Amino acid sequence: MDKLIVLVVGVAAIGFIVWWFFGHHEASAAEAQVSEQAQSIDIVVNGGYSPEHVVLKKGTPAVLNFTRKDASGCLDHVVFPDFGINQELPRGEKVAVEINTEQAGEFSWACGMDMFHGKIVIQ
Amino acid sequence: MSTTKRFIIALVFSLPMLVQMILMPWGFMLPGAQYTQFVLTTVVMVVAASPFLRSAWASFKKHHSNMDTLVAIGTITAYCYSIYAMFTNQAVFFESAALVVTFVLLGQVFEERMRKSASSAVEKLINLQAKDAEVIRDGQSMVIPLSEVVVNDIIRVKPGQKIAVDGVITEGTSTIDESMVTGESMPVVKKAGDQVIGATMNSNGTFLFRAEKVGNETMLSQIVDLVKKAQTSHAPIQNLTDKVSDIFVPIVLIIAILTFMVWFAILGASMAVSLIFAVSVLVIACPCALGLATPTALMVGTGRSAKLGILIKNGEVLEAVNDVKTIVFDKTGTITVGKPVVTDIVGDQEATLKIAAALEQSSEHPLAEAILNRAEEDDVKQTFAVTDFAAVEGKGVTAKLDNGQAFVGNAKLLADYDIEADLNAAMVKLQNEAKTVVLVGFNNQIVGLIAIQDAPKETSAAAIQALKDQGLKTIMLTGDNVRVAEAVAKTVGIDQVIADVLPSEKANYVQSFQQAGKVAFVGDGINDAPALTVADVGIAMGSGTDIAIDSGGIILVKNDLRDVSTALELSKKTFNRIKLNLFWAFVYNVLGIPVAAGVFYAAGLTLSPELAGLAMAFSSLSVVISSLLLSKTHLKSRTQPVIAAE
Repeated sequence: MDKLIVLVVGVAAIGFIVWWFFGHHEASAAEAQVSEQAQSIDIVVNGGYSPEHVVLKKGTPAVLNFTRKDASGCLDHVVFPDFGINQELPRGEKVAVEINTEQAGEFSWACGMDMFHGKIVIQ
Repeated sequence: MSTTKRFIIALVFSLPMLVQMILMPWGFMLPGAQYTQFVLTTVVMVVAASPFLRSAWASFKKHHSNMDTLVAIGTITAYCYSIYAMFTNQAVFFESAALVVTFVLLGQVFEERMRKSASSAVEKLINLQAKDAEVIRDGQSMVIPLSEVVVNDIIRVKPGQKIAVDGVITEGTSTIDESMVTGESMPVVKKAGDQVIGATMNSNGTFLFRAEKVGNETMLSQIVDLVKKAQTSHAPIQNLTDKVSDIFVPIVLIIAILTFMVWFAILGASMAVSLIFAVSVLVIACPCALGLATPTALMVGTGRSAKLGILIKNGEVLEAVNDVKTIVFDKTGTITVGKPVVTDIVGDQEATLKIAAALEQSSEHPLAEAILNRAEEDDVKQTFAVTDFAAVEGKGVTAKLDNGQAFVGNAKLLADYDIEADLNAAMVKLQNEAKTVVLVGFNNQIVGLIAIQDAPKETSAAAIQALKDQGLKTIMLTGDNVRVAEAVAKTVGIDQVIADVLPSEKANYVQSFQQAGKVAFVGDGINDAPALTVADVGIAMGSGTDIAIDSGGIILVKNDLRDVSTALELSKKTFNRIKLNLFWAFVYNVLGIPVAAGVFYAAGLTLSPELAGLAMAFSSLSVVISSLLLSKTHLKSRTQPVIAAE
């Protein structure tokens, strides 16, 4: 009987994991607040990035404000390979990362260990 | 709370349990048995492990998972089961939960420190800058911070001071140590009109220079920018780990559940034994090492090469270098100096040079410049009064000196003057070496010959030999004629020469070589830019045009061709280190998981959760250490590296 319960619960748990992690889930996206000379957006770092997708306007200087709430060592740096940025994010501090928006396109960013990802779309 | 503090707390509270574990065979038990263990572990879980749990939960809500997910689920499972077991009087394994947390934190503490030292190259470079500069404005001398220096400021540099920005010397001479920026170990003598580089060290003289590039424009700033980009760049080999990291953790969770199900339901093991296997799987599988393998090696490798004056732009270049079979060179400015110099003087050295210098002193022809430079080098002062200066159409020039008529010109002058047999033989020999021969005559007699050539750099032959030793095929592409090209190729030992190439054709040739394997192209001019881009690895000389530098994947700041082989060697070493790191990281996970799951139980090979935790900590640590060792590896093509900022 015990064994049967374990098998049923185990299979159910596996099903849940597959659905939860591999199923299609909307990533949170946001557009930056744009004024005449600048655009900025706040990104909370907690078990990943929220929002994960950021849309920026081409040609206007942009600032992404990262605030890390997560204690994980995994998220203590944010890396933008296309821009040569490798910025430390001290926990609980708002850190501004300036992005050059002269070129349109999709640019990804990642945590220092390349486990969590985010994306900027400049258009 | 910092990772270090969390580690210390976890260590202090799990130490008694570790002691008990070791002394158990001799019958040692902690007073209070499992109740003491329960209290100790609870402290570890609440204080040291809760950040793992919070992080795991936060990412779980976003449908993500990370290494903390595995640590959190593993330790929570062991902890909760042990509480249940404690109340039902079964065997507990609190110590597993506590020790796993301790070991994982131990790994993180070390890894944090190592990662800092791996990324310190850029900071060291920035710290090279001078803090202030003595500027002379309106005749007033004042010391101002570096940020306030503007273009065209005249700056005074005293012995032992750092040069603030890039510029040109206007007054004075000095010896300057440029090793920190260019990697060139020999100090260079500079005089008025010479370029100086910001952040280099003035040694013995005082001089004034005019600022030409300040702020982000300076060479150092450009280098820092390039190194930063290289260090954060992706190597294509990482694509694999990128893909793996998204699905790895959920798959490990599934494997852990399966492990439990198989042991408990099919093999009929007890609940405790089955759980231990499952927890071990979770703990050993942590993919940190996999994630660290490439970035840390990339950081150390590009940082070290920057110190040697070799800028590698990104991980893609690094990876491409590995398969390069052919290396193609531009001639002018790359293999050769890039401007004509006097190579031979036949006849009375001093007299010949003196007459030639007298006649050429007002000419701006490149050949004249070569002669005048040589006269200056040899300290030959021309003292004649020159009158009746006249050009002989298509042949050369003639003028009246103090005591007679002198002439300088090309071989067509032979129609007008006689030449001695041995001089004639020397001329033919020089011409066969593809040198331009200038005849120097006095009073209707040819007195000497000056041979001029865009000569190979002193280091070119050694550089080509080093590349051949690495098993590479060397090819030279040039717009020059076959004779000149072959003469240069022969002196430096190039395998194959393709001459009379139009600038627009260089890229096509590179493409045709690419059919036989990956090609590196070394060049410096605007006309080299397409070839630098097309080649798998574009190597630009630092003295080259900006456009060439932009097109290149590797930049040789020092302008020394020998750095090509150093660059290739260092790139290969870095890439091999990445592969080695990835291999070990995979081995840990791929071999570790079946062992932890108890697949080899029958053979007596198992892994307890604590050992799994220790192995896990060790795996990320070993990867980071292996990357750091890259800065110490021996380079064959290198004598003594000059380390910046020490």
